[in-house]
Amino acid sequence: MTVMEQRGVYRPTPPPAWQLRTDPAPLLPDAEPYRVLGTEAAGKADEELLGRLYAQLVLGRRYNTQATALTKQGRLAVYPSSTGQEACEVAAALVLQERDWLFPSYRDTLAAVARGLDPVQALTLLRGDWHTGYDPREHRIAPLCTPLATQLPHAVGLAHAARLKGDDVVALAMVGDGGTSEGDFHEALNFAAVWQAPVVFLVQNNGFAISVPLDKQTAAPSLAHKAVGYGMPGRLVDGNDAAAVHEVLSDAVSRARAGGGPTLVEAVTYRMEAHTNADDATRYRGDTEVEAWRAHDPILLLERELTERGLLDEDRRRAARDDAEAMAADLRERMNQDPELNPMDLFSHVYAEQTTQLREQAAQLRAELEASDADDADDADGEENAR
Amino acid sequence: MSTVAAERATKKAAKPATMAQALGRALRDSLAEDPAVHVLGEDVGALGGVFRVTDGLTKEFGEDRCTDTPLAEAGILGTAVGMAMYGLRPVVEMQFDAFAYPAFEQLISHVARMRNRTRGAMPLPITVRVPYGGGIGGVEHHSDSSEAYYMATPGLHVVTPATVADAYGLLRASIASDDPVVFLEPKRLYWSKADWNPDAPQAVDPIGKAVVRRTGRSATLLTYGPSVPVCLEAAEAAVAEGWDLEVVDLRSLVPFDDETVAASVRRTGRAVVVHESGGFGGPGGEIAARVTERCFHHLEAPVLRVAGFDIPYPPPMLERHHLPGVDRILDAVARLQWEADS
Ligand SMILES: Cc1ncc(C[n+]2csc(CCOP(=O)(O)OP(=O)(O)O)c2C)c(N)n1
Repeated sequence: MTVMEQRGVYRPTPPPAWQLRTDPAPLLPDAEPYRVLGTEAAGKADEELLGRLYAQLVLGRRYNTQATALTKQGRLAVYPSSTGQEACEVAAALVLQERDWLFPSYRDTLAAVARGLDPVQALTLLRGDWHTGYDPREHRIAPLCTPLATQLPHAVGLAHAARLKGDDVVALAMVGDGGTSEGDFHEALNFAAVWQAPVVFLVQNNGFAISVPLDKQTAAPSLAHKAVGYGMPGRLVDGNDAAAVHEVLSDAVSRARAGGGPTLVEAVTYRMEAHTNADDATRYRGDTEVEAWRAHDPILLLERELTERGLLDEDRRRAARDDAEAMAADLRERMNQDPELNPMDLFSHVYAEQTTQLREQAAQLRAELEASDADDADDADGEENAR
Repeated sequence: MSTVAAERATKKAAKPATMAQALGRALRDSLAEDPAVHVLGEDVGALGGVFRVTDGLTKEFGEDRCTDTPLAEAGILGTAVGMAMYGLRPVVEMQFDAFAYPAFEQLISHVARMRNRTRGAMPLPITVRVPYGGGIGGVEHHSDSSEAYYMATPGLHVVTPATVADAYGLLRASIASDDPVVFLEPKRLYWSKADWNPDAPQAVDPIGKAVVRRTGRSATLLTYGPSVPVCLEAAEAAVAEGWDLEVVDLRSLVPFDDETVAASVRRTGRAVVVHESGGFGGPGGEIAARVTERCFHHLEAPVLRVAGFDIPYPPPMLERHHLPGVDRILDAVARLQWEADS
């Protein structure tokens, strides 16, 4: 006979810590990713919104191909393309109010651009002329973040601070599937849930962390399931269905704004290009997989829906394409101008006030620059004389 | 009020206070003065911190201003980054030196360089309080001197008080600073006492200024934090040996006060750097090099270092053999009677 069977003998009096604190059922994600396009739910979708999403997706795709082309021309040091993931990028930007904050990862340049940031400013990190080319407070976009998942606790802290100040500001933080394995992901979700901070976490599960597939990253049933353990709802959505991502994120943002606390959204999508231009995707995945996803392209899905409902004619398509081409041409032209850099800026923003040590080093660099200017002038004179 | 009058007033109301109390008072006054200031960390609420520095703050200012966080150092500092991004001034408590390491990623990748990454658009006024150093008989991972790691990170100020007045003044200045400050609190001085008037705290020198704690002519002891009282004791003991030692309390490791240090060493012609952390790759190497570069022609002997051994911090029953004490300092002073062939 076990202890539990000895009724009347073993009578534990459970302290409160034994009781479940939250009913886990409403926190659990759906078994299947939520979809709108091609389902009955699409009938209820706002036509104006679908049109806006379409234009933004076309623009976003063109932005991705243009930026990728700029790496080939050596104008960008690197570009982690979000081709195939535009529905997530665009929806993340569109669900936010102006006062809200976006916390992007390094792959989310497009989300920043869709939020209204100048494409050239958005690319300074990847171009290499400065780490962050914009004032984060002005645009309410945190600097694009290269260390994985470290921006997530920032989003929590900011949302928490906003709430303490009485502002109904929501922070939306983006992270990849690989990033969910980092400690900062855990700490951010835990803080957010304990503090009931108005944060939305958007995981773009694009299948790979560089070369490592999801099944080597986690044994969880889905990444959305991770939410349950923290006490926040997890939502699973088709990341290529722009209407679905928009709806799920909107719900999460409204919930956060209304004081309902954080949500973890997993958008299942696919990275069509290599991790960056430095990566060789053929080493870890085959064409059949890529082709299967090509048939599930976010632009294609939305086009099909809009066409079936008679909302997309050739004029509208052309207008979207023309806008995208104009953006690309402008981007090309401005990116082909060399940025003007002042080496003395190296010392300008280390501290509020330069230390004596930095002042000395700045003086050294200034002298070096003046000497090399003088050398250049001498060389020019020499060449003149030789001619 | 004139300085003299102020000092007289201070002395009149002065009572013995510990460094921990002065630190707590600095937090309290900062919270009271500036609604943007927020204290967060593990056990800082009801318990008042394991060293009681935050005692009573939650009671007085509420849980939103002095917050018990989940147990996660990266989370504490990472959320503080976001809070600072939204205009708050978080003061973060790391419970012990060696438990701050999980937060290094946030400290180095974000806190130290946010101002720089954003070209000055987004400074982060965060104070990270880290109790550090040994001498309290702590078990493993409770006695590290981690200052060299912080010093090696551009963008951070690194400050450490050695007196009760400095504990208050430097902490107030750190919280008011628009740059992130790693505020190293010498654990074994938490209970050191001095006459101090909390209602009229003496003005202290700003961050970045070293202070001569004892003037002397024979040699300079360059030191900071927990080693300051040890050096003062050594200087008293050295009198019997005919040595008149000057003791410079660095107070701020970053920025570093080359001027005060070089002026002292030029006067005395000899210098010993004293600190608890290991010598190899430690702060002393940097300080000795700076002194040599500036004072070479004034030096009668090489700049020596008295540091902890280059070992992981030892168990409590052995720590007295590790920590630089008066005898080791006096031995070094004796070696300053340098002769080329010695
Ligand atoms: C802390 C950290 N470790 C390693 C890296 C190097 N790295 C850059 S991207 C990447 C994979 C990230 O995968 P995932 O989170 O799925 O995002 P994705 O690139 O697929 O958008 C790695 C390992 C990094 N940036 N940060």
